[in-house]
Order: sequence, then structure tokens, then C-alpha cells
Amino acid sequence: MIEVKNLTKRYGDKLAVNNISFKVEKGEILGFLGPNGAGKSTTMNMLTGYISSTSGQILIDNVDILEDPKKAKANIGYLPEIPPLYVDMTVEAYLGFMYDLKKCKLPRKSHINDVCNLCKISDVKGRIIKNLSKGYRQRVGLAQALINNPPVLILDEPTVGLDPNQIIEIRTLIKKLGKRHTVILSSHILPEIQAVCDRIIIINKGEVAADGTADEIAKNITNEHKMTLRIEGETHTASDKKAITEALKKISGIKYVRADMEREKGIYDYDIETDGKTDVRRDINKVCAENGWNILMLQLSDLTLEDIFLKITMGEENISAKTSSSAKKSPKLDLKIENGELKASQISDDLPGAAEAEENKGGEE
Amino acid sequence: MGAIYRREMNAFFTSGAAYVFLAVFYLVSGIFFFNGVISAGTTDTSAMFSSMFYIVIFLIPVLTMKLLSEEKKNKTDQGLLTAPISLWDIVLGKYFAALTLFVIAESIVFIYSLILSYLGSVVWSTLLGNYFAMLFLGAAFIAVGLFISSLTENQMASAVVSIVALFVIYLSEMLVMDFEGEGKIKNVIYKIVTAFAFYSRYVEFTQGIFSLPSIVFFLSTAFLFNFFTVRVLEKKRWS
Repeated sequence: MIEVKNLTKRYGDKLAVNNISFKVEKGEILGFLGPNGAGKSTTMNMLTGYISSTSGQILIDNVDILEDPKKAKANIGYLPEIPPLYVDMTVEAYLGFMYDLKKCKLPRKSHINDVCNLCKISDVKGRIIKNLSKGYRQRVGLAQALINNPPVLILDEPTVGLDPNQIIEIRTLIKKLGKRHTVILSSHILPEIQAVCDRIIIINKGEVAADGTADEIAKNITNEHKMTLRIEGETHTASDKKAITEALKKISGIKYVRADMEREKGIYDYDIETDGKTDVRRDINKVCAENGWNILMLQLSDLTLEDIFLKITMGEENISAKTSSSAKKSPKLDLKIENGELKASQISDDLPGAAEAEENKGGEE
Repeated sequence: MGAIYRREMNAFFTSGAAYVFLAVFYLVSGIFFFNGVISAGTTDTSAMFSSMFYIVIFLIPVLTMKLLSEEKKNKTDQGLLTAPISLWDIVLGKYFAALTLFVIAESIVFIYSLILSYLGSVVWSTLLGNYFAMLFLGAAFIAVGLFISSLTENQMASAVVSIVALFVIYLSEMLVMDFEGEGKIKNVIYKIVTAFAFYSRYVEFTQGIFSLPSIVFFLSTAFLFNFFTVRVLEKKRWS
């Protein structure tokens, strides 16, 4: 549905977007993630034809946005970072204007009513946009993008300024829309991206740093694996610690072992780092069984999307090279538990994101 | 184009810009009508029109100053530029909205002529000549104002630059009046400036002469500046 090839944007000397390529299939919800100034909005502005690219190509439903802008733009609904609202118009008049502007052929009144119901702005239809709260303005912006039912929706931070309930509503709405529309949305709220998107593209410094589902990215990014073990030795004394450390070190694939604190009486924790290629859990089990030790706990320290994001965007310059090269080699050992981890983190992370939005006093009425 | 035209017309009246424009225009033209025509005991409206034009130069920037600069400032241009319409639709929609308001304002002279017809016989050739002269000149000036509005995000800057630009265009001929026959360079400047003269073409109309070249001149100026405006919007996408 959307195809981006080698997209580059330069502002003078500054390279805002550098050689980005990706594809979005019909009905897919793609999340754009990246720190401020990474080029998310610039990319979206280029996708919608608001600004042109320095080089590269954008195809919307196989139509080049620069060659046939009218046709390509007719397929896009766009909610920019700042909703393009005429603040001295009423909501209804504004949506009517957008209806005319997009040359919508659907039955006027019922279509505008449908969109209003979908975005839950029916009760403010007669009010002047100037007097609406930020949350309502955001929703009017979303309504404007939905007019004419465009097959492609591009939403730049759609939940900014909404209160927690509204955020959940909009997320559900986007998920619902994702069944009929192709959606690209950007956000800086990680749990949101995780909850809504089928696929994630992380953009950093104008380049695609990672592309895939949250699980895939997590797998690819961690090419060193850490785990924590709690092993009960035979004697319950400090001599166990030494013996266990030595035994573990001999297992091939383990790079580093460190005995940690005494968590239970006579039982120690061990931090292990593997080379990331071999699954060492079975070997550890075998060694312990042979020596008569009991494994009381095995915990993989996995990366949440948050960790990944930080990892990609802070420091590690060559991470994108790493991810692509290690993609095939990466072990599957952590997949199952990782899913649990990701989901668990998602649930608890919902709160900070929501609390942040709460400050903006979403619905005023 | 229709959607943008209707929105602009609504915006003119909801924002009050239209009322200010019309009120000032009617007030000042009324004063000129009374002083220049009724008090003077004549039915020749030329004097009234020539005084009125200086007001028009001040008032046209009021119409055009926010047309594009405000869109840019409020980022509403993102909605327009990502809609499935051409840049010409945007520019012409706004242009004709401003032109419509100008025509509404200017057509007050027909009410004046109605008053005049009670007092004596109206000289229709000069009245219509003046009416169309002002219409064509206004059409060209609105395009200039719209163009200047597309260059800046600041309404005040847009208004001030427009006023200065319109004065220079309108009066350029008078500025170089003494240049004729005074040395080669001055003569060339004189010839170039008079070739693009607005004032003498305007004056031609006020004498009741319908000259086709002048009509073409004003309309092509309007077209040219609208074209420039389209290019400015286009350039913004490419830079």
C-alpha cells in the first residue's frame, strides 16, 4: 500500500532523513518510534506530500506522490503534529470544509455524523474550535483525517493531550481502523506503540535503526544475553559458591560468571552472560544435576521496548548493522519468556504514559 | 477552489476583517463623494475616484495580509497542501474571495450614482470607466498583496510591505517623471518604468476610454502575481 524507497531529505547541510526504505502492507498498523528530531515528522510530511523529498520515491497505492499528487493525496488522511484547525470555525463547519476540500462523494450529513461519532465529538459539533480543549482539538484533527474514508491514515502523535480514558478509546479506534485502513502512526509513548502497532520502525538520526515486531526487534538487538541463576549447593557454605562458579564457567557458550549475594541461607545467585548464540540452559541443568545441585531460579534479563529504544537511541552507533547481521544467528531461547516480559511491562507501563497525558486536561466539558 | 473560496468568505465575515474593510471604505468614499461631487455641484465622479484610490491602496493589504501568512503561522496550510487539490485551487480560491469583497465595496458607487441621478444627469461613461479602472487595478493589486502574504508568516509585515509595494507600483511613474531626456541611463529607466506603468493606464480608464491593452495589462499582472504565489508555495515544498 505504501512503499518508500531510499527517501532522503536535506535541509541545507543538515541531513534530516537519510536513505529510509520500508513498505507497509494493506491493513497493517505501523508505528514510528524515535527521539525528538529523529525525522519522524519530516518523514510523515514527505509521505503526505506536504514537503518534497530531496531524493527517493514514495508510492501510495502505486501512485508516486510527486508525479500525481492529487491522486496520491486522495488516498491519504493526515493528522499532523499540530492539527490544521481553523480556530474561528465551528467543528461542524470545519469538517464540512474538509469534506468539500477532499471532494468527498459520500452522503455529506451522514458521513460527517459518522466521523463525529467515531471520534466522539458529536457533543461539541456546534462549538467554535477556539474554545475547545486540547483533547477535543486533537479529536477534531483525527476526525478531519478520517473524512472521505481514506485507505491510508497517517497520524503524527495522535494521542497527545488526551486523558487516559480517551487514550484507550483512541487506541481502540486506531486498532479498529487498522482493519480497514493502512495506518502509520508516530508516538513517543512506547507502550502505546506496543499496544497498537503490528510493526515498529525505530528511527534515529534520520535512519531506520530497527524494523520489525516488538519481539523481533528485541531478539535482534540483544546479541549478548544475561541471566540470573539461583543454585543450591550441597553443603550450604561458601565453598559451594566457588565450585559452582568454576563448573558453570566450563560450559561452552558462557562468557562470564559472577557469584552474587547470598539470597537465601547458604544459597547464592549467579549472574551469567552468554555469547548469545548458544542456548546454555540445558547444559547448566545437566551440570547441576550431575553435581547434585538444585536450580531454584532461572531468570532471563530481557529487554523491554523501552530498553531497546534507549539502547538504540543512546550511544551505540552501529546498532543497525548489528541487528541486521545478528538477525539470523540470534537464539530462540528467550522468546517465550520474553513475550511474558513484554506483556507484563506493557501493562504496568500504561500508567506513566496515561498520567503524562492527564496533565493536558483532555475533555473540558 | 470552491471550498477554499467559501471558507475565506466566511472567515472574512466571522473575523470582522470584512466589516472593517467595508465600513472604512464606505465611510471614506462617502466623504469623498460628498466633498468631491455634491458640494462641488458637479455630476462628474472622476475627482471622487482619484481620491478614493489612495484609500484602496491602504485597504487592499487589510484584505490580503492574512490570507496565506496566517495559514502558515497556524500550520493550517498542512491541511490544504495535503488535500487532493492543486496549488492553483488554493491561491485562486483565496484570490477570488478577496476580489469579491473588493467588488462588493467598490459597487457602492452605484448607490452614489443613484443619488446623483436625482440631482442631475450622471456622466455614465466616466463613472463606468472609473469603476472598471478601479476594478482592474484592484484585481492586480490583490494579486500583489496575496503574493506578499505568501512570503511571510507575519501579518503585520505582510500588510506593511504590501502598502509600500502598492505605492511604489502605483506611483513609480511619478518618481521617474523628471528622468525623461536626461542622459542615457535615466532615459532608459524612464522608458522601462513607463512601460510597466499602472497609473497612466488607470487614468486612461477614468477618462472613459476602454483600452484593451490596458485590460490585458492589468489581468496579466494579476495572473503573473498569482503564478508567483503558486511558485512560492511550490518552492516551500521543495526547500
